[in-house]
Amino acid sequence: MSTTFELTIKPRKGWQAIDFKEAYVYRELLAFLVWRDVKIRYRQTLLGGLWAILQPFIAMLIFSFIFNRLAHVQSDGPPYKLFAYAGLAPWTFFSTSVTQSSNSLIANHQLVSKVYFPRIFIPLGAIGALLVDLFLSLGLFGVMMLYYHWPLTLAVLWLPLFIVGAVLAAAGTGLILSALNVSFRDVKYAVPFMVQMGLFVTPVIYPAHYIPERWQFLLGLNPMAGVVIGFRHALLGSPASWEVIGVSLAMSLSLFILGLLIFRRMENRFADII
Amino acid sequence: MEPILEIRNISKQYKLGGKRIRKTDTFREVIHRAVSAPVRAIAGREAGEVEKEELYEFWALKDVSVNVNQGDVIGIIGRNGAGKSTLLKILSRITSPTEGTVTLRGRLASLLEVGTGFHPELTGRENIFLNGAILGMRRVEITKRFDEIVAFAEVETFLDTPVKHYSSGMYVRLAFAVAAHLDPEILVVDEVLAVGDLSFQKKCLGKMGEVSRGGRTVLFVSHNMAAIENLCSRAIVLHQGALCFDGTSKDAIQFYLNSLSTQSGTGHVVELSGVGDRRSIIAPLLRRLEFLTQNEQPLAEGLPIGSRLKVKVYFDLPKAISDFNVGLGFNNSYGQRIFTAHSVFEPNRSEKEHEGATVFSCEIPSFTLMPGEYTVKVWLDLKGSEADAIEDAAKIRVLESDFYGTGKVPWNGTLVLKHRWYLEQAADAK
Repeated sequence: MSTTFELTIKPRKGWQAIDFKEAYVYRELLAFLVWRDVKIRYRQTLLGGLWAILQPFIAMLIFSFIFNRLAHVQSDGPPYKLFAYAGLAPWTFFSTSVTQSSNSLIANHQLVSKVYFPRIFIPLGAIGALLVDLFLSLGLFGVMMLYYHWPLTLAVLWLPLFIVGAVLAAAGTGLILSALNVSFRDVKYAVPFMVQMGLFVTPVIYPAHYIPERWQFLLGLNPMAGVVIGFRHALLGSPASWEVIGVSLAMSLSLFILGLLIFRRMENRFADII
Repeated sequence: MEPILEIRNISKQYKLGGKRIRKTDTFREVIHRAVSAPVRAIAGREAGEVEKEELYEFWALKDVSVNVNQGDVIGIIGRNGAGKSTLLKILSRITSPTEGTVTLRGRLASLLEVGTGFHPELTGRENIFLNGAILGMRRVEITKRFDEIVAFAEVETFLDTPVKHYSSGMYVRLAFAVAAHLDPEILVVDEVLAVGDLSFQKKCLGKMGEVSRGGRTVLFVSHNMAAIENLCSRAIVLHQGALCFDGTSKDAIQFYLNSLSTQSGTGHVVELSGVGDRRSIIAPLLRRLEFLTQNEQPLAEGLPIGSRLKVKVYFDLPKAISDFNVGLGFNNSYGQRIFTAHSVFEPNRSEKEHEGATVFSCEIPSFTLMPGEYTVKVWLDLKGSEADAIEDAAKIRVLESDFYGTGKVPWNGTLVLKHRWYLEQAADAK
């Protein structure tokens, strides 16, 4: 047996440092939780994994009809359908991630109250599984690009940065909401509403330049605005304000760190009150 | 050598809601509290005290200290609510203590529930990996022990079937099998052996014994005193959150049983008049059951094996009648009838007519069923047919005791019988 192993369990109160070492020790479990969610998500469905791409695809068709055809919202260059889909792919990832991760602790209450592992893996695992869906929907986007003969530019090299940004924004929001949800079931009712509002304050179905110059800075405060603008820049070569993107990505990162801290502070009481 | 596990002055406080239940606080209430707090601070201390009263503070553990050496197999005994599970939860880091510290000098794995994290949609194979990972096993460890786990669980043919199609027995076997193949330095096990059929329970106990003989440190909570006595060299007794005994498992069991029998008896009388779940032909006739033991003492917490049991059955007879009988059925926790006592078996039954309020007592000089919980069915027959019957009228608990007078607690089977062993003359052995 290892003689060096020693662990002290003490009362925990207030803010805590984040235990990256422990998370690393348990890293395989995170992979297992992601794998579990991927496996079971579409079990006993007829369409299976198709659902992953169907959601943004159908949303894209509906939004194109309503906003492009009826309301005459224009894209910033590419065909509107491509434009809408490039925004809806990361947005669908974000909204589904927030919805599912905020509910994840409650859904897995028996894990929380009966076994120990870094609790943070529960909401993160839910998001990890949805990341797989994001990649599937990007695959469909590739097909659409071929169909519309829209060329890929070198800007695509930025895509990983924006995917990371989307994950940070989703994880930050998901961590805070899932922790709050343990004490306050109000979260369950507030999330669908917030997600719906989020779609309209983020330039998903309209281009960012529709927002007047003097209000542009507000876009930066929205962590998902940078991600959506960035996705369009990377995939379609749309013009992008790096100022807005930079501020917005910084917001994503801050949200993520805040999420980690809040979750860490509250996780202490999960088993007692869930 | 330093103890592998040091528990020092551990206390755990839960705040339970009075009027305002913390657990289901809504956001509005918290906002309200936050807003009104400064107002109250200005208004003075009284308001603050009202707030305090609304939360009921409850110490699930109070100042518990235990040192555990490597290789110790320790039983934890106590009544429901004594703090056993809370202690295990603190050791497993599921919840943190309010006061005190615990020092662990080895990897600890805990098994507080069988099948935590099993997903019904996943197959047996998939669940082995998932559950193993949740319990803290590495993928390579699981792969290495996979065949062993499957063989122990006896589910080879159903490995690729989703566990939602498993029978409950198969499910429990698989779940325990994964946990049984954990390889930690300290193993913490809650009452998980109380599930499954008897042969599987035996297999689990065997596995636990193997683990403990392998030099592993084990902490084991159980209500099964025989299992504690069998597996553990040492045991601690918790009572209302405090440690009240620490010694050999035999002494600890004795201490625990004594503490039970000295507790004042309440609940030995079971009122039946208001019970709705019954089969009454004319009207509800059965009124009350009363349980007594040695010297007409009310039966309190439980009945030590082999003790006298007297059940007084109170009922009303609607008209003067001599052909009435009362039956008592004792069912084990699986719902199987273990024993039926019926007044038709009484040879000296009087032929006198009775009417109105009547008490019929049944006396069992030595109640020799194995320790456990039994439900009691009671029924009244008038002229040979059932007139009133209550299926789960009462519960009685049979407790471990030194029935054979040897200090050995019986651990297997359904009942105990007085028996003798003696060696024959050497000449007969040929």
